[in-house]
Parts: sequence; C-alpha cells; structure tokens
Amino acid sequence: MSTDPSQGPAEVRLVDLTKRFGGAGRRAGDDGVVAVDGVSFTIPAGGFFAMLGPSGCGKTTTLRMIAGLEDPTSGSILLGDDDITHRRPYRRPVNTVFQNYALFPHLTISENVAFGLRRTRADDIEARVAEMLELVELAALGSRRPSQLSGGQQQRVALARALVNRPRVLLLDEPLGALDLKLRRAMQLELKRIQDEVGITFVHVTHDQEEAMTMADSIAVMRGGRVEQLADPVELYERPATAFVANFLGQSNLLEGTVEERAGEHAVVAVGDRRLRVPSDRLPPDGGARLSVGVRPEKLELLLPGAAPAAASDNELDGVLLDSSFTGVSTQHSVRLPWGQEIAVFTQNRGPSIAAGPGDAVRVRWEARHTFAVPIDATVVTDPLLEDAAEVEVPR
Amino acid sequence: MSVDGVGGIGDGTRRAGGRGAAGIERPSLAWRAWRGLTRNIVTFYAALALLYLFLPVFVVVLFSFNDNVGRFNFAWQGFTLKSWLNPCGVMGLCPAMVRSLQIAALSTIVATALGTMIAFALVRHRYRGRSATSTMIFLPMATPEIVLGSSLLALFLNLGIATGFGTILIGHILFNISYVVITVRARLQGMDATLEQAAMDLYADEVATFRRVTLPLVMPGIISAALLAFALSFDDFIVANFNAGTTVTFPMFVWGAAQRGVPPQINVMGSVMFLVALVAMVVGGVLQRVRR
Amino acid sequence: MSAAAVLAPRRRLVPYLLLLPGMLWLAVFFVLPLLTLATTSLQEGSISQGFELTWRIANYSDAFVAYRDQLVRSFRYAAVATVLALAISYPLAYAIAFRAGRWRNLMLLLIVAPFFTSFLVRTLAWKIILADNGGVVSFLRTIGILGSDGRVLATSIAVVAGLTYNFLPFMTLPIYASLERLDPRLIEAAQDLYANPVTAFLRVTFPLSLPGVVGGTLLTFIPAAGDFINVRFLGTPAQSMVGNVIESRFLVALDYPTAAALSLTLMLAILLLVTTYVRRVGTDELL
Repeated sequence: MSTDPSQGPAEVRLVDLTKRFGGAGRRAGDDGVVAVDGVSFTIPAGGFFAMLGPSGCGKTTTLRMIAGLEDPTSGSILLGDDDITHRRPYRRPVNTVFQNYALFPHLTISENVAFGLRRTRADDIEARVAEMLELVELAALGSRRPSQLSGGQQQRVALARALVNRPRVLLLDEPLGALDLKLRRAMQLELKRIQDEVGITFVHVTHDQEEAMTMADSIAVMRGGRVEQLADPVELYERPATAFVANFLGQSNLLEGTVEERAGEHAVVAVGDRRLRVPSDRLPPDGGARLSVGVRPEKLELLLPGAAPAAASDNELDGVLLDSSFTGVSTQHSVRLPWGQEIAVFTQNRGPSIAAGPGDAVRVRWEARHTFAVPIDATVVTDPLLEDAAEVEVPR
Repeated sequence: MSVDGVGGIGDGTRRAGGRGAAGIERPSLAWRAWRGLTRNIVTFYAALALLYLFLPVFVVVLFSFNDNVGRFNFAWQGFTLKSWLNPCGVMGLCPAMVRSLQIAALSTIVATALGTMIAFALVRHRYRGRSATSTMIFLPMATPEIVLGSSLLALFLNLGIATGFGTILIGHILFNISYVVITVRARLQGMDATLEQAAMDLYADEVATFRRVTLPLVMPGIISAALLAFALSFDDFIVANFNAGTTVTFPMFVWGAAQRGVPPQINVMGSVMFLVALVAMVVGGVLQRVRR
Repeated sequence: MSAAAVLAPRRRLVPYLLLLPGMLWLAVFFVLPLLTLATTSLQEGSISQGFELTWRIANYSDAFVAYRDQLVRSFRYAAVATVLALAISYPLAYAIAFRAGRWRNLMLLLIVAPFFTSFLVRTLAWKIILADNGGVVSFLRTIGILGSDGRVLATSIAVVAGLTYNFLPFMTLPIYASLERLDPRLIEAAQDLYANPVTAFLRVTFPLSLPGVVGGTLLTFIPAAGDFINVRFLGTPAQSMVGNVIESRFLVALDYPTAAALSLTLMLAILLLVTTYVRRVGTDELL
C-alpha cells in the first residue's frame, strides 16, 4: 500500500512543475496567472527543507501540489521512485499541517489526532494517539474540543495529527504565522527537535527568512513562481546568487559597477571612483560587464578618514555619515557615498563608538573575502535599510 | 459587551460621562437625562414591538378557553376547558390536521433532499451556468404565492390532472426547495473549506470525507432547513387552496370555518402548535449548548 | 481552492448530477406552470364552451382596465405595510443585536414563535382584537381618533394592519442578521472621528445594514402584494386587492384567461419593481 509508512523518509523530486490558474482561454489574451513556473529541484530525504519567499511567490502552491491538493498544469512530482503527480491526496504517504490548523471542530483532540489512523483499523490506535500527544506535550487535553484550546495548543494538535500517521514527508504551510513572537521562537526550536527525533523529511513554507534560516538544513528561495537559489542557510546568506536573495535574507548593500579585470584570485570592479576587489569565484556566471557588488552591513568597519591605511586585501569607500541608531545589540549607521547612494553599516556595541556625528566624513572598510556579486536587478529596491521591501514589483 | 451608535456602550459598562475622576467636565443633568432616555428608548420600543407580536397569540390562546355560545367565537363569554377536552369535536378538523401533517412531513423530506443537493452543487463546485441556476432557484421566492398556486393549477388543468393530496404536495415541495437551498447554502459557506482538504490529506477519500467531516458539520443547517420547510408547508394556505381539489388541509379548514363559524377548537390547535414549536426550539437550543 | 477543483473527467459530472433532481422539479413545476399560465392568459372562452388559444392579448388590457383599482390598491397597501413593518422591525432587530446580550437567542425565538400559530388563526385573532366592541376600538373612540361610531374592521386600516403584522419576522430576521455581522470597532472608529450617536448610526450602522433591509423589505412586499386573506377576514370587497380578484376569477367565476392575465401582470410588475429597487440600492448579492 503506497501509504505504508515503514519505508521511512522520502526524497521529493519536482521536475519542471508548473501551475497555471484561470485563463481557460475564454477571453482572448487571458492567460491566467502562472503561480509556479517550471520549477525543478530535489528535496533531500530526512532533512528539514524550507521554501522561502514573499507572498505570491508560489511556495504554498508548490506545497499543495506535493500534498495533492492542487493539480499541476504540467510537470511531475516523484516521491522516491514513485510518480505521485496525479495521485489523490489520500493515496499519498504525505501529510500536511495547515496554516489555519484545520482541526475538525466536531471531534475531540484525540479523535482529531486519530483521524488518519482510522483507515488502518489497527489495534493500537489509542496507544499511538497517546504517544503522539505526549510528544507534543498535550497529553491531558485529549477529550477537549479544538475551540477550547489556545492557538499554540491547536498548532501542536495539528502537528500531532499529521505526524501520528508516520508519513514519509511532512508538509508545513506557514504553521507558525498566527503565533506571537515568543511562542513562535519556542515552536521553531520544538519543530526542529521533533524533526531530529522523528527523522522524516519536513518541508516548511514560510515568508519569514529568520525562521527559515533557524530551522532549515536547505532553503529554496522563490520569487514569481521560480526558484532564485537553493542552498543551505550559510551559503544563501554569504553567497547570494541574485540581488533578490541578497536583499530578502538579511540586508545587503548593493553597488553597481563595471568589471575591469577578471584574472587572478580577485576580480576588480570599478564602483564610482573606486576599485573594489571581488573574489573571482563569486562573479555571476553570466560573465556580464555590469554587475552589483554586494557586502553585508555587519561586515563593514566604520573609520575616521585619518585612520591607518587598508591592507591590500581590503575594500574601502569614503562617504558622509548621515545618522546612527542604537539598537541594543548593534548600532546602525547610514552613510552617503559620493554619488548619492546610501549604504548601511552595522557595528557591534563592543567598545566606545566612533567619534563622528551626522555630517562628518567617514571611511568604510571591509575585507575583500566578504564581498559578493550579483547580476543587476532593477526590480529589487537597493535601499538596504528597508527591511521587508525586497522588491518593487515582479514583472510577469 | 455591546457597542453601538445610540447610547454608547451598553450591557452595564459604566462610564462616568466622559472625563473620569479627573473631572474636567461633569455632564449636565439634562445631558444625562437625554443619555438615559436615548440609551433605553430602543429597548423600550423593542419591548413594545414584542408585545405587539404576542398580542394575537395571547388572544388565540385566551379564546381557546372561551365558553362560546353558538357557532362563533368572537365575544368573550366565560372560561371553560370544554374545547381543550374535546379538541376533535368539530367535524373535519382533526382529519384536516392529519392531512396537513402528512403533507408537511413528506414535502419536508423531499424538499430537504433535493435542496441540500443543490446547495452542495452551488457552493462546492464550479460549473457552467451557475448564476443561471442560482437565479432560477431563487425566483420562486420572489414570486407571490398566488402566482405559484394559480400557475400550478393552470398546469394541472391543462394536463387534465386531478387536484388533490398529490398536487398540494407538489406545490409545497416546489417552494420549499428554495428555502432549503438558502439555509443549507449559508451553513456550507460558513464552513471552513480547508477541513475537507485536511480530511483528504489524512487518507479519507471523497465518500469518507463527506461522511465523517462534511455531513456532521452541515447537519445543523440541514435540520434548520427541514424545520423551516415543515413550518412553511404546514402553514401554507394559498398554494393548497388552489390545488387541493376535495382535500382539506388545516389552513383550508380555518378558511372555510371563517364563513361558517370558528369553533374554539381551532384556537386550541393554534395554541398547541405554538407550544409545541416553542418547546421544540427551547429543547433544540439547550441541546446545542450542551454539545458545546 | 477546494479539493473539488482537482477534477478527473468523471468528477466533472458530479455538480450536474446533484442539481438534476431539484432543477428538474423546478423546471416542471415552476417554469412550465408559468408558461401554461401565459398561454392560458391568451385564451378565450368559458368553462361551459371550452377554452381556445386565440392569442388574445386584449385579455391583458381588459383585465387591467377592469381591475386597475385593485392592482393599484394592492401595491399601495403592500408599500404602506412594508414601511410600517420596517419601522417596527428595525428597532427590534437593533435591540436584539446590540442590547440583548445573553438574551439574544431567547429574543430571536420569541420573534419566530408566534408565527407557528397558523397564519389564518392569527389573522382571525386580529378580527377579535379590532372588533367594534373590543378594547382597542373603544380606546380609540374615547381619545377621539375614531368617531363615536367609527370602526377599524372593514376598513383599509385593518387590512394594512394585518398585512404589516403577518410578515414581521421576515423583516426582522434579515435586518438582525445584517446588524449582527457588523464589526463594533467600526462604530468605535466613527466615535473616534467625532461622530455623535445619531451620526454614527446614520453614516455607519444603517448603510452597513442595508443588505438586510433590502432583503427584509422584499420578503415583506412580495407576499403582501399578492395577499387576499387579510382582505377577506379584516376588510370588505371595497378593499379588495388583486389577490382577491385572481382567487375569485380562478376558483369561483372560472374565468381562467382573465385570472391568468392578472396573475402574470402581478408577477411581472413585482419582478420589475424588485430589479429596479435592488439595482438602485446597489446590493446585488443579497441572497
């Protein structure tokens, strides 16, 4: 039976998966909306995988296609060696934790958790339900109804209800969205712990990049129905492949420039009147002459113009300090460069702050190895201080 | 706590007239009197309206105890239990009641089944001609009963079908379908659509999902619809009148009796129906609260 | 998007199968009769000689001329009754939605309960209440609204009063449903923006309750326009409405063509009024 859990965690392979809504051709030129556009990637078995992106990027639709709740327009989905593309949801060894939990209001918590097991008519249903409720720490609440539980408790019931079936893949559709910050943090660690313990493949959809980076072993960053980059959190953060990824995960300073030299360990890119060194292996594969040089604000050092000269492997820019905000952990500075662009500098509060105030000339320095480069993307807002505005508009 | 436009916050929350203990302004007596009046005028008005609603019911019940003289029951003569002790004493009354109950039961069953199916099609499926069918279903509600009844009669006359029990039943099922669809549809629309997806995700196929999740959650709507259909059928006069032939339903009996003389037993029946309905609704309400 | 959107060819049939029995019933017993009514209205003849379809459109103009008074009166009575019902029901619905608190369900029950006593029995009760020697009439005579031998029964007042009363729950419940859905924070926002209670009501509460008002007025006006029972019990032939005419033409005089013509005229007039009304008020999705 294909829903037999004993086969253990599965790898999920998406091949050229596409989903188009509407546009049944009733009106001329009505092509509908392409929510997922030829997406192909492999989710490794037994890990914690995240799909990350802003609303409308297609992550939830992709998840639902894996669950069987949406029918793909074209492409295929393989679970291990099994092609499940058009199989009904109740024939897939895959379970979902829904965003709004979708707990059955007319059943008790125990009955909710037992729901998926009823088809097996096993003898130990009650025992397994009890065991799962223990795992999520809700053992005493079995006979209550969903409406009597808090949001956090409902979320754990939804998780228990899915896990008790020992699916080969567990899908989570932004399950922590409705929880308050502290609870969300606690649940993130909880989920990670449970995944470690249970060992099945978790696929987690979220728009919160911090959440994804905390929990996932690998992340697919999506935008406009396509995957921008798929990698582990460190790689995504330190070596973003596109301007969108650079801005969506944490904050980046992006400076447009022209490549002058490519030979050797570092390439040289002219930005404004300066020459910046970029590790050669970080250049975008398209080999174009124009690109955006990127560096994270926390990698920058803020100095006064008279400071000791830079090492050969450092990059440097001069500018004017606009303002500084103390945020507890760090101080966030805004510096204006000679050609008018503003960049952000985050300094850790580990000692006396720099003796410069608004309007003073300052120097920004960083190690070349912290530099990355991405293709220029006009649709990505380059103001690094805007936290959530990762894009202006996504052209279709 | 209820907040509304007139009279400010209701339900017992006291406000010291706007500024609190710091006492920058204390409201004038006139202002407070005005607030008191406006705050309560709506309630007062509503109480009057309720009284108005119950007045005829009160009269109906009262006159069921009337010790009437002769055939008519319009003037109070004295108190007696005679009509209550002999409810079927008037010829034709009880058979008419039975007829009405039979027709109501049958039309409820059929209309609820047909109407529920339509409601599901409307809410849970997308298909061509949806708005057209939607309009056609609600058109009978926009049609005066006299048009419904007379058009049915015209049909039966033209087809040479004799009018009677069956034709009344047909007419009742007809107008009940629309009411059932509205009631069940409202309940279905209020139901979380993701619940069915969750059931399928948890290995329940379409049939099992319907049986274990959809049906239990829609059931209260179906029951309300059935009760509504029953009440509408039982109380219908116009459609029945046009299509009854020689059959007599309870409302038709009352209509005829209004000419001949209205016996108190009719009031008895009316009172009984009122009490039964009241008790049923109270019981239903209590049961709902217990389930919670 | 529901799982039902995942369609295999077989499943595409499901909605049609669900619709079939009910729609068939409607087609045969609603649409067909209306068509029959239309053809009947174009016939000529009598019950003894038989009826013949002669496409006599003059049936309509004849009926309209002969019974124009009743037609106009029906709409007038129905309109007055609807306005009165609205005036009585709106504050009642408002009180239940905003003031009842815990008693809300009980109140709703109380509104619906009286209507389980048969429609006709209740109307007969009004006959008693408004009787010439009854309390109400005596009171009105005493305070001078009625003349010393004035009556309420057998006047249009009684008929309209009966019409108003009979459809009260149909007016109250939709308005209540609309008000109950109102988000109280909207009123708070209005008050925060300097609206006094009356302004808040007029500019926030009432407009938002409009779908309920429209639904209620329709559910009252339509049956009231076609009613004939109130006239029969509480009025005289001088107050007869088009319903009475249709009833007598159909069942007594057996003049089917005229009756059918009047019936259809009533229906079309109502449809016209309803569509204009709904479009003007702008709530298309009321049902």
